[in-house]
Amino acid sequence: MSAPVTEKKSGFDIRDLKNLFGGGGSLKQFGILGALVVIILIFQIWTGGKTLQPGNIINIVQQYSYILILAIGMVMVIIAGHIDLSVGSVAAFTGIIVALAMKDWNFPWWAAIILGLVVGALIGTWHGFWVAYIGVPAFIVTLAGMLIWRGGNQLIGDSATVPVEAGFQVIGKGYLPEVGPNFGVNNLTMLLGFLVVLVLIGLEVRGRRTRKVMGAASDPVWLSVLRVVILGGVVLVAAYLFATGRVGTSFPVSGIILAALVIGYSFLTNNTIIGRHIYAVGGNKHAAELSGVNSKRVNFFVMMNMSVLAALAGMIFVARSQASGPFDGVGWELDAIAAVFIGGAAVSGGIGTVAGSIIGGLVMAVLSNGLALKGIQSDLVQIIKGLVLLIAVGVDVYNKTQGRPSIIGLMTNRNKSGGAAPTDDSTSNEVTPGGGTPDTVVPGDLRK
Amino acid sequence: MEQGLNTEPTILEMQSITKEFPGVKALDKVSLSVKANEIHAICGENGAGKSTLMKVLSGVYPYGTYEGDIVYEGKVVRFKDIKSSEAAGIVIIHQELALIPELSITENIFLGNEPGRGGVIDWVEAQKEATQLLARVGLDDDPDTQIKNIGVGKQQLVEIAKALNKNVKLLILDEPTAALNENDSQHLLDLILGLKSKGISSIMISHKLNEIEQIADEITIIRDGKSIETLNVKADGVDEDRIIRGMVGRTLGNRFPEHTAEIGEVFFEVRDWTVQHPLTAERLVVKNSSFTVRRGEVVGFAGLMGAGRTELAMSIFGRSYGKFLGGRVFKDGKEIKLRTVSEAIGHGIAYVSEDRKALGLNLLDTIKRSIVSAKLRKISRGDVVNEIQEAQISEEYRKSLRIKTPTVEEGVNKLSGGNQQKVVLAKWMFTDPDLLILDEPTRGIDVGAKAEIYGIIRDLAAQGKGIIMISSELPELLGVSDRIYTIFEGQITNELPVAQADPETLMRSMTSSSQKVVA
Repeated sequence: MSAPVTEKKSGFDIRDLKNLFGGGGSLKQFGILGALVVIILIFQIWTGGKTLQPGNIINIVQQYSYILILAIGMVMVIIAGHIDLSVGSVAAFTGIIVALAMKDWNFPWWAAIILGLVVGALIGTWHGFWVAYIGVPAFIVTLAGMLIWRGGNQLIGDSATVPVEAGFQVIGKGYLPEVGPNFGVNNLTMLLGFLVVLVLIGLEVRGRRTRKVMGAASDPVWLSVLRVVILGGVVLVAAYLFATGRVGTSFPVSGIILAALVIGYSFLTNNTIIGRHIYAVGGNKHAAELSGVNSKRVNFFVMMNMSVLAALAGMIFVARSQASGPFDGVGWELDAIAAVFIGGAAVSGGIGTVAGSIIGGLVMAVLSNGLALKGIQSDLVQIIKGLVLLIAVGVDVYNKTQGRPSIIGLMTNRNKSGGAAPTDDSTSNEVTPGGGTPDTVVPGDLRK
Repeated sequence: MEQGLNTEPTILEMQSITKEFPGVKALDKVSLSVKANEIHAICGENGAGKSTLMKVLSGVYPYGTYEGDIVYEGKVVRFKDIKSSEAAGIVIIHQELALIPELSITENIFLGNEPGRGGVIDWVEAQKEATQLLARVGLDDDPDTQIKNIGVGKQQLVEIAKALNKNVKLLILDEPTAALNENDSQHLLDLILGLKSKGISSIMISHKLNEIEQIADEITIIRDGKSIETLNVKADGVDEDRIIRGMVGRTLGNRFPEHTAEIGEVFFEVRDWTVQHPLTAERLVVKNSSFTVRRGEVVGFAGLMGAGRTELAMSIFGRSYGKFLGGRVFKDGKEIKLRTVSEAIGHGIAYVSEDRKALGLNLLDTIKRSIVSAKLRKISRGDVVNEIQEAQISEEYRKSLRIKTPTVEEGVNKLSGGNQQKVVLAKWMFTDPDLLILDEPTRGIDVGAKAEIYGIIRDLAAQGKGIIMISSELPELLGVSDRIYTIFEGQITNELPVAQADPETLMRSMTSSSQKVVA
């Protein structure tokens, strides 16, 4: 009938601002991203600038990378409608095996890492088998796993601490090396920063082109530019901070592993068949099965994947602390689960994103770090973290029952009610007036 | 109190009750009048509004969510929940029994109504009362027996005992005998008659017209959310045919697309399909059913709720229901195996479920993702979904099926029922099926959208696809199908070309197996 509108009027419209970091479904993510920024600013002021000092942000990345890696696996488990309580124990079990493999069985560090991933996969197979094919709730399977693998760690390691070699320690405490001429910054880190900015620009351009091909409405150009400038600016500032730390430090290796995983798993959950199937099974298992989705395979995959990531997290932790101990990873499952729920996932499954969970995890990380910088005791820190989790999810649940998507949604709603919603105009001319009877319905069928 | 029928006082008067759901008017000025000492039957097709009316009466839909007045025992009542209607002596027994399987008969009878003081239950008293109540309903089982260990018939009696404990004056029974065998049904009907002689009136919803004829004093017929007529069984000389005429007596309008079917050869055939209930081993839900579908043909399946239509369809669609006991499927002359849903989709079969929200859609998902969800591989390279194609394809379906939405990126939960149904249809059209099984494709959607769905169905048939349309709305079956099978208690009881079918004949074959059995 008419060509679809490919771009909205280019005039400035404040309502478009809500699309700055993804509109619609990701509003919740935007809310939590805003919360992260606010928390960072509060602590930056409160600690007299210590929070954003190079040494401190490097520390945050190293100290929380393994929790964030767990959160990636955990959000997929939670989207599918399960939970995994065993991740801390799995990490510890893998850690001791890897440490012993290098110390007693003379594995080179790279072979030890492969061994660790294999151990994680085997544990994941065990969990996945019980959850997917026997039908035992994941809560029970992984509660059992929590006991089994913790006991396994202490049995194999004789409840002792086993040190690991320096080569292995790189994945936990290593940095990008110094190369090229000395500008007073870490060149590779800055290069990485510029690379990320280029990728951001590329993605934005590609996104706009894709939407044009789809015939869908794009954001106004000014919004795209603003988005790239803000994100690019943040990336460059962060890169500069990482690049100007104490001599010998720069962007941590564990941070690079984390970033690679975030990108990879965001792609997996959004753009691949298995990713779609995870959301489908978590959203409505029966409907998914009636659409030909093998829900058992999906459940097996998420449980298996979680344990592999837990093994990786365990190895990074061991590398950072230079040794594997009997109490590694205690309580990690709770941090990972908290990150996922602060990041907007639903307890009932079907909802959640990798990016949201990472942001949720960073909220917890900055909070703990900032409180520690202020010398707040760990008992109080725990109480505050508990309250933050409760309030974050509580606000979300309350908003949902009130039919309000978010505070941002509330702000923009008032503008909307005057006329049609901004997205409506792309289609209004195609809907037959009055609900329309299609041409195929011809009166006069009186056959009886 | 034991006087002639017509002189009894009226205890319940529902006056022009109107109840709307978003997009659908479920009840339109429905009136119902029930006298003391009366068994009042409510008849109507599925979806006519019977259950909705009873939910209004029992406070499930509280005062304020409907229009009209309920006058009970001479006063206007405003029930705010089930508890308040029960306090007034109105108790509803739902089709799906509300008993807790792990608890004993006694515990179930007194659940929420426990005798005792200060939160401490007096079990001796409970036991004594339970025994008396069970005697009144003619049940001699040990009151300590767990509910899961007694049959459905006895469970129904426990429900009535529970109602008696609440000093019921008006008992509402929704399809009380649907799950019962003949013996249990008769026992239950006798019990309802017995309660009447003790001054307890009943409202009974049932599809089994012979039972209604047997025990009802008056019958109110509801059609399309309107009360059509109230018949006095004795005075009006009502028989089954009279009730059927009232239930289906709507004139066929021009809601159906005109079509001249170009019907091809038989390409899909099911022989001797038998399915067992998933939980109850002795219950056969589908028995030796055989049928055929031709290319370009719309085949109607008529049957009342619980007749086994959905079970038959889902079982064929990758054994998604119950336990497969036997039967063969042929497509294009070759026998095919449909052991999983993927296999069924692979063989070009699509099943559009009757329960859109529970089985048809992931309500958390967007329109575009839902449309491609049943055959993601079609737009994927390797395992990566091509999102551009996804958007283009869903956009095409939005236009061709007239899905009313600002954008395909909207969540499906934001759509009306009719538009959700179009998304489900698009989802299955996307799988390029040769055979589409549509289970109640127009349930819960308004008249305008229904007409559009009929148009889509006829278009698909015109493209040479075979269509099976399961429906309990006879006008729709007669308007859209080329040939109709009737199902009763898991068996195919009749097969008619649409030219020879009329509502009365179909309804007869849908309510009894006495018709000729087509092999």
